[in-house]
Amino acid sequence: MEFLFYLGDVFTPINFGLLLLGTVGGLILGATPGLSPTMAVALLIPFTFKLEPQQGLILLGAAYTSTVAGGAVSAILLKIPGAPANIATTLDGHTMATKGEGAKALQLSFLASAVGGLFGVFLLIFLTPVLAGWALAFGPSHLFWLAILGVTVIGTLDSSSVVKGLLSGCIGLWLATIGFDDIMGAQRFIFHPSVSGGINVIPALIGLFAIPQVITMFTKGRSSEDAEVISVERHPIRLAFIEVFRRKTALAIGTLTGSIIGLIPGVGGQIAGLVAYDQSKKFSRESEKFGTGHSEGVIAAESANNAMVGPSLVPLLTLSIPGSPTAAVLLGGLLIHGIFPGPDLFMNYPQVAWTFINSMLIGQILMCVLGLYIAGLAASVARVPHAVMAATVLGLAVFGSYSVQNSMGDVYVMATLGIAMYFLERFGFSAAPLVLGLILGPIAEANFIQGSMIANATVGTGAYFFTGWLNWLLILIVLASVSYSVWMEITARRYTTKDDAVAKEEALS
Amino acid sequence: MTDLPRTQHIAASGLIAAIGISIAYISFTQEPADAFIFPRLIASVFAVLAVWTFVKAVLGRTKVGNGISGVALRRMLPGLGVAIVYIYWAAKALGFYTATGAAFFVLLSLYDPAPHSDIKSWLKRILITAGFMAVMYGLFAQLLNVFTPREIFF
Repeated sequence: MEFLFYLGDVFTPINFGLLLLGTVGGLILGATPGLSPTMAVALLIPFTFKLEPQQGLILLGAAYTSTVAGGAVSAILLKIPGAPANIATTLDGHTMATKGEGAKALQLSFLASAVGGLFGVFLLIFLTPVLAGWALAFGPSHLFWLAILGVTVIGTLDSSSVVKGLLSGCIGLWLATIGFDDIMGAQRFIFHPSVSGGINVIPALIGLFAIPQVITMFTKGRSSEDAEVISVERHPIRLAFIEVFRRKTALAIGTLTGSIIGLIPGVGGQIAGLVAYDQSKKFSRESEKFGTGHSEGVIAAESANNAMVGPSLVPLLTLSIPGSPTAAVLLGGLLIHGIFPGPDLFMNYPQVAWTFINSMLIGQILMCVLGLYIAGLAASVARVPHAVMAATVLGLAVFGSYSVQNSMGDVYVMATLGIAMYFLERFGFSAAPLVLGLILGPIAEANFIQGSMIANATVGTGAYFFTGWLNWLLILIVLASVSYSVWMEITARRYTTKDDAVAKEEALS
Repeated sequence: MTDLPRTQHIAASGLIAAIGISIAYISFTQEPADAFIFPRLIASVFAVLAVWTFVKAVLGRTKVGNGISGVALRRMLPGLGVAIVYIYWAAKALGFYTATGAAFFVLLSLYDPAPHSDIKSWLKRILITAGFMAVMYGLFAQLLNVFTPREIFF
């Protein structure tokens, strides 16, 4: 119950003001199609430089939580999911809105998000110290395998092609080796002065997540989507409360599915929402109503995609292994403040860690209350033309990258990686494993070198890295995730035509 | 999948394979060797996977990635061109704020669906650009105190 000791820190004027700012900003950014939670958090990092570590994290955490929920606004009122996590919400939410139940759908989505989100954060609160305690026993070989596991699991589960996912992870791991090697005092792969100090994570994250979106907006040309915002009639919130808790099966399935999926690195909110929707449909007594504007569809999808937010941070805070791209961006936010997450985070920086987690708890309630009031405004922002969005994101990306170290080199790195990532994505590569490789590369290398030194002085490299139950467990998880993904890819290929695959990819992009 | 994406896949995966092999070559030939132990490990896997992807592309067995259509390329190129000039030249040569304002306005003019013949749409673009620049200046120059290259202009 240590978290209760630091709960009051969330309510200091600055911290609470930042929480409010992050929540409102996140709800509006989340409703904007094309601005994913990861990209929103990456663009916000430069604004945290002048803040205290816990203040910066409160802002980023609030933005993360509320962008996921805010995406439901455009999914319901415009039929455009604000983020991939809200795809399942569109299925019933928009149909409800077209039937004149837009306000009810929004209320249900925010209430279900809050319930799922609160459960997820409580899971984070109670699981993190336990896992952190276990993680203290980890040696260099275990941390090396954990880093490899992080890249492999995301590379295989997050990508539509296992080979391309793993290749993206390798590109990220290689990018992490660029620069000056502190241990051996050697320069590695320095082909341009901009990368002589290595690749800074923050500009790289901004480039990898923001620039492909900017270019995607360019490809839409001068078209205007003219998405019609469905007007919202008044609906008593009391009835929405009753409805959410009356549909307890959907709520429970969504919350549990989202929490479990959140703990698995790389799976993400999109899968959480879709799996919860599918499972709720199977267990519902009114399964035939799904897709026709049924409240259970909205409740299951939204409780799931917000329930995964808290658990997705467990591996980050305990093992310093980000479990999702957004967690990787949050890791970047921690690193710029000189805080390295891991098992000793709660001993060295308990105030930072617990204030951050508590702020996510309070943020869920704020997000629910504020979301109901600013849904209309958020939907209007969602109609901002692509041209304005593309130019704004480009400007923010350039200024944000420059402000990290006041270096044009960082801006060049940001742009080069971003442009390259756009083209890589068009050929089936994914940004998530690349980012994980870039972030986990130094962890993997440092522990590999340290482990090799210990091994050379003791049992030898092979025995050190390939013996012991924990090493074997981690290796088995790596192999299992690769095998599972290969099997899924083969079976999906057996039942899917090329045209289906192309259509599905177009729909998701 | 049409022939165009197949050709594109071959070109893209060929480039990645070339990079992978180059990295592997550098890793195994550069000194001091101890500094390249980890990169060798990564580069070996990188090169194998990249060559595998290239061979699959040559055989036409690539299943994911739709490539880039001619329409998307034509629409994207003007914006990408402006972005490249802005980032790699104008931001440093002209000054951050001038270059950002100019790039923002040009991009808005290129992609705004409002008709170019309408004077009101130009006024709207000028106002949006001015508003954006005011926010950027307020945030970065005043709030965050980020020193940006001013060069020949502001």
